[in-house]
Amino acid sequence: MSDIYKSLVEIAGEGHVSTQTEELYFYARDPGLMPTHKPDYVVAPKTTEEVQKIVKLANKEKIPIVPMGAGMALTGLIIPLKGGIVIDMKRMRKIVGVNEKARHAIVEGGTSQGALKAYLERNYPNLRHSIPDAPPTVTIAANVAIHGQGRLAQQYGFNSDMVSGLEVVLPTGELCKIGSCSMSPDWFSKGPTLPDLSGLFLGWLGTTGIITKLGLKLYPKKRMRDVEIFVTDREDLVPDILFNLTHTEMVEDINIWFQAKPIMFTGNHHITLYITGDRDEELEFKRKMVWDSLKEFRDRKDGGFMWVLPAMKPTFLDMPQKSITTFADVKKGGGFEYSGPIVLIEKYPMLARNLEEVANKYKLAYSGMARVIGRGHAMMFAIAFTFNRADPNMMERVKKAGHEGITFAFDHGGIPWKPTVEEQKMAMERMDPNTLKLMKMVKENLDPNGIMNPGNWEVN
Amino acid sequence: MYRLKFDENVCVTCPTSDCLFKCQYIDVDRDTAHNEMMKIIKGEGSFVLRDCVTCYACEEYCKRGNHPFYLITERREEKGMLTASRAITNQWINMCAPQGKYRVGEVKEKALSCCFIGELRQMARGKLFEGIRSSYVLGAEFFCEVVYLHFAKTSIIKERLPKVIENISQLGIKQLICMHDECYGSFTSLAPAFGIEVPFEPIHYLEYLYDRLQELKSEIKPLNIKVAYQRPCSSRLSLDKYHFVGDILALIGAELVEREYQGENALCCGEIIRMTDRDEVANDVQKRNIDDMVESGAEYCVFNCPYCQMALSEKVSKRGIKPIHIIDLCKMAIGEKKINKGGEKNERYL
Repeated sequence: MSDIYKSLVEIAGEGHVSTQTEELYFYARDPGLMPTHKPDYVVAPKTTEEVQKIVKLANKEKIPIVPMGAGMALTGLIIPLKGGIVIDMKRMRKIVGVNEKARHAIVEGGTSQGALKAYLERNYPNLRHSIPDAPPTVTIAANVAIHGQGRLAQQYGFNSDMVSGLEVVLPTGELCKIGSCSMSPDWFSKGPTLPDLSGLFLGWLGTTGIITKLGLKLYPKKRMRDVEIFVTDREDLVPDILFNLTHTEMVEDINIWFQAKPIMFTGNHHITLYITGDRDEELEFKRKMVWDSLKEFRDRKDGGFMWVLPAMKPTFLDMPQKSITTFADVKKGGGFEYSGPIVLIEKYPMLARNLEEVANKYKLAYSGMARVIGRGHAMMFAIAFTFNRADPNMMERVKKAGHEGITFAFDHGGIPWKPTVEEQKMAMERMDPNTLKLMKMVKENLDPNGIMNPGNWEVN
Repeated sequence: MYRLKFDENVCVTCPTSDCLFKCQYIDVDRDTAHNEMMKIIKGEGSFVLRDCVTCYACEEYCKRGNHPFYLITERREEKGMLTASRAITNQWINMCAPQGKYRVGEVKEKALSCCFIGELRQMARGKLFEGIRSSYVLGAEFFCEVVYLHFAKTSIIKERLPKVIENISQLGIKQLICMHDECYGSFTSLAPAFGIEVPFEPIHYLEYLYDRLQELKSEIKPLNIKVAYQRPCSSRLSLDKYHFVGDILALIGAELVEREYQGENALCCGEIIRMTDRDEVANDVQKRNIDDMVESGAEYCVFNCPYCQMALSEKVSKRGIKPIHIIDLCKMAIGEKKINKGGEKNERYL
């Protein structure tokens, strides 16, 4: 039995450390396409102090560590590329508190989206947070660390924009508070009006520290919520449609999707939009504003609202949407690859055409999906393929198609979201050299021994 | 190629022009009604081609056996005039295209057609459907195609309906109980109007229900409720069967309330109007219709068409009226379904 194992057991307790083959098997992979790599140890700490001790141990021994939430990014971000210790954060799942009037929650670093949703529904039915369309087990901290987006992205931006404070264990083991909580008991701001240090951790994919606690902004939850779907057969009109829709400021969330099957969806682009209200009058007013905003397209017969039958509504109103998991296993065999470059909305038509071409070229099942971020400031355009893990040829085709898709997005001004290691390299090749230099300085200063999720954001 | 049987002389000599004069969505006097119909017959432009909401009612208003609505639909398509957007129109064309995903039960000479509506298959249970439930067809291969009238696409009807009829015939079905009155209208009005032969006997499910209730008469406990009836657009294609609504309600002890928007004067459920991009008209129609139900003291809104039910259930519930399909109402009368005291839950998802 190694000294490291013993030390980890001393820190987290015997039941929370593993070197068992069966467990390492699972911690060596995610559901995406990235090659597997086993960690040497898995540890599941319960407290911030335990996290600090583990990090200090790893830093002293120069052992790689990979912080992990639910491991559902699908782009291999929690695969321990250089072995070492996977720190599974899921035992740190306390909801520390909610400030109802200031509309924020403080949660531990392993708290899941589902846990917070359930907690709010039970205790604060007038509050909600921005839930991503991922399984409810995914963690809030990991989601903001990868700049995830959720149901409130169109109104309030990336989920990371909704952070209102951080507690982070640095790669050297020190505990650091970020934002208002650094000098106040209140967690209402992640930066302003202080120097905003949250940028040292958000978007770094766990390479600069481990989030052990975070403040998250909450938003009003209206009593009623409904869905409308505008359908057009002209992808070139989608940017203008979205411009009009976002101008209304009446919509909660806007998703765009297109797919070849079932055939009722063939050839059309569907813009799903959600409206909310506390009363019928509010809901119907918003609905009218939304309908009116698209009158020019309706009058030209370039698009129209489809009748969302009552039986269809639960599927669309689900939070998170379970239907995505149905697509994820369309080819059976458990493989689902999903990159989501962030692009300008005006690029939607060419990205949509490209995705279709690439999918046809490699004979793959695809799902085109996009989510508006902010009032039309950008969109996440998902390049998603489902594949059979037992079919190496299909996996190779998915890899090539994904590469072509992301290259096309970068060529058209896009930036990566939760990028694979390869996509990180592609991004860094295109980055301004001084930006890269700054990233290197940040990393080297925060993580002098290079132990944090090595292989990711490696600036050379 | 199938052609619409339309006798323009019938319209030329028509003393009333009721087809357009009675239209509830276009306000015209008799002279204008006549003139516009003449324009439509000649293939000229008419505001009617633009404003028609596709409620089918003119098929009923015309007492001389012509087919004004089918002609309007033909002319719209000839002129490339869409009712809904291209995307929505194509969505419906694709959605109901045969894909080999149909379901066929142990089909006998007498069978149920559940059209392309799974809910109808679910409804066909219990004593009312004893002995016939397992003999059914369901799926796009048996879809009656009437909906394409709403989308001004008679070309799709002409292309697909003969094949649907052939599919049914090839199963050896001699009598087809149409669970959706669109199907009945398709086989008894639409197909003959376009010269499409129907080699089996269509039976309207309301007639079937009435006969079956007669057999189960001893089990009927009068419901003693007041109901409003939501007449569907396709009911305009099967006028001769409309009386069965009243007959059934009388048989089960449900009082059909007197109200403005009933019979010939019935209003559309509104959702097709909305889909053809007239949301304000749809809202107005639904409001007037439901106000009328409320004012008439109806406790229940009885539906014939599942799509009308989907369109209006939530809205009538909010006004304190319980939505129910007529089959379920009959089940209530024979004790197979509980009387709904609290109203169906149709709240929006929170």
